[in-house]
Amino acid sequence: MAAVYRRELKSYFQSMTGYVFIAFMVLFIGIYFMAYNMMSGYPYFSYTLSGMVTIIMIGIPVLTMRSFADDRKTKTDQLLLTSPVSVGKIVLGKYLSMVTVFAVPVVLSCLCPLIIKMNGTAHLKADYAAILAFFLLGCVYIAIGMFISSLTESQIIAAVGTFGIILLLLLWPNLVGFLPTTALGSLIGFFLLWSLAVLIVNRVTSHTGLAVILEAAGIIVMVGLYLIKKGLFDRALTNVMEKVAITGVFQNFATHYIFDLGGLVTYISIIFLLVFLTVQSIEKRRWS
Amino acid sequence: MKIEQEERELIEVKNLVKDYGGHLAVDHLNFTIQDGKIYGFLGPNGAGKSTTMNIITGYIGATEGDVWINGHNILEDPEEAKRCIGYLPELPPLYVDMTVKEQLDFAAELKKIPKKDREEEVLKVMNLAKLTDVSGRLIRNLSKGYRQRVGLAQAVLGFPPVIILDEPTVGLDPKQIIEIRDTIRELGQKHTVILSSHILSEVSAVCDHVLIIDRGRLIASDTPENLERQMADASGMELLIKGEEVQIRDILDTIPQAADVTVKESGEEAVKKVTFRLAATGEEGVDIREIIFFAFADNRLPILSMHVNKASLEEVFLELTADAESEDRQEELQEELQEDGEMNADLEPENTDPENKNSDGEEEL
Repeated sequence: MAAVYRRELKSYFQSMTGYVFIAFMVLFIGIYFMAYNMMSGYPYFSYTLSGMVTIIMIGIPVLTMRSFADDRKTKTDQLLLTSPVSVGKIVLGKYLSMVTVFAVPVVLSCLCPLIIKMNGTAHLKADYAAILAFFLLGCVYIAIGMFISSLTESQIIAAVGTFGIILLLLLWPNLVGFLPTTALGSLIGFFLLWSLAVLIVNRVTSHTGLAVILEAAGIIVMVGLYLIKKGLFDRALTNVMEKVAITGVFQNFATHYIFDLGGLVTYISIIFLLVFLTVQSIEKRRWS
Repeated sequence: MKIEQEERELIEVKNLVKDYGGHLAVDHLNFTIQDGKIYGFLGPNGAGKSTTMNIITGYIGATEGDVWINGHNILEDPEEAKRCIGYLPELPPLYVDMTVKEQLDFAAELKKIPKKDREEEVLKVMNLAKLTDVSGRLIRNLSKGYRQRVGLAQAVLGFPPVIILDEPTVGLDPKQIIEIRDTIRELGQKHTVILSSHILSEVSAVCDHVLIIDRGRLIASDTPENLERQMADASGMELLIKGEEVQIRDILDTIPQAADVTVKESGEEAVKKVTFRLAATGEEGVDIREIIFFAFADNRLPILSMHVNKASLEEVFLELTADAESEDRQEELQEELQEDGEMNADLEPENTDPENKNSDGEEEL
């Protein structure tokens, strides 16, 4: 793992991607910091970070796009996968190298609250907590980008796909408002979601019988619950879908100044899930 | 056949199948690789050589079947199994943004060579592949030949018991090909080397044992000499003789070894190009060239050139792959016959035209 980690990290700084990414991030942190904190005099650095959430949407895909897509294209994955190193370690090595590159501008931004303090009142605890949440949010985005990159050979598709998903996640809280809130609407929504999940299971396992049984069981349970206790489905779809909005945790830190420990745990869980999925996607590719 | 004591089974491939969505790239392949030999994996393009090698090295999974490396199953115990193999795929897997030294250091670390030995091991393989001059250069700026050498050095790194090379000489110039072959021979003294190729002269030049595969199936496995001997029947002669066709045919009719004589214009005036197949007569120790020489000399017909086309591996290969094709046809035929209820047909695989064989049989450089 250490070998992959070091190689990737070195490569980020040999191919300029690392420098460009860091420069890009630092530039925009500087611009937001100047506009919000210096000129407008907001005492919270988290304002700047809220602005940065849209900037990393552009930066992170550039960082993650080549992680696996490039290896696959240049066939260097043959070296990695035929070495006595497990796929999990390869994935972790690459992931941590990207996290390290991302950590550089984040660590640099840790100076900003101190600059605010030099000029008046600062809320150091709230600001550093927000930086932590921002960092973990970035790590979630990196994990998303890495997963997408493992699905394709093309860096462009990986970058655009990652950008699309992060944008969708950013807009998610507003999109959820368009979902039906009635019980019947929720039932139909859940039915569609369940069918999608079953379809994926079917694709992965190629086991039609299992898929039919799962689909049937899902329908019976959902319709049964709907008939017995209709109230359970009121706004249920919206409530569930709101949970997917991962930027909410960061907003808790940045705008409500709440230390949302549960939210951080959610971020870390999502990261683990995505790392696991990346391993699976690489393993799967070897079998098809 | 009894296996000699020192010959251990290093690789065992059992009933290997790789199905690419309906197309069988590897079709129930079985073979074993013994310690301390150079194996040649021979087959036309698309025969399943690379797929088989990728499965053995654990890069891709098989649809069915098992591979054991040094007693470790590649699926159940992949890390131990992979530790026993050095692999150079068709395209050397090199990071173009690293220098040769960095690439090899990285590979050494990946292969879990202990830290204290790393420097020394890397130097060793750099010497072996003659890379010391370019050790500080970026791989991006290296020529194909040098990249191939870096790939070879990388495969050899740590000196694993098995070294697998997928078409190691493709795209190299003749001098580099000779160098790489020498290196492979050198490696073969201490390691088991498996190399794949569709170039027959390469395999016969380097390998102790040849595995011929075609459409995912193993169709022959023997030493190159044995394979050539099996084909002794197929050797022939080519002569340039000054004289009339009738005369030449009359003389050759008296020589029992000459079969299927053809006489053609050679392009030069009054000179004929004569080719025939050497038939086995059972007489040992006679040099056919002498007989031919005196036969024509007695009739005062000058022989301008004489050339014996020995059955090369190439012909063996063409013959075998053609056989496989006709076997397919045979199977189909038999199926049809079975339907008709008459299974007595003993269909021999078609003989290929001897003239074709001669023209194909010239040694490839």
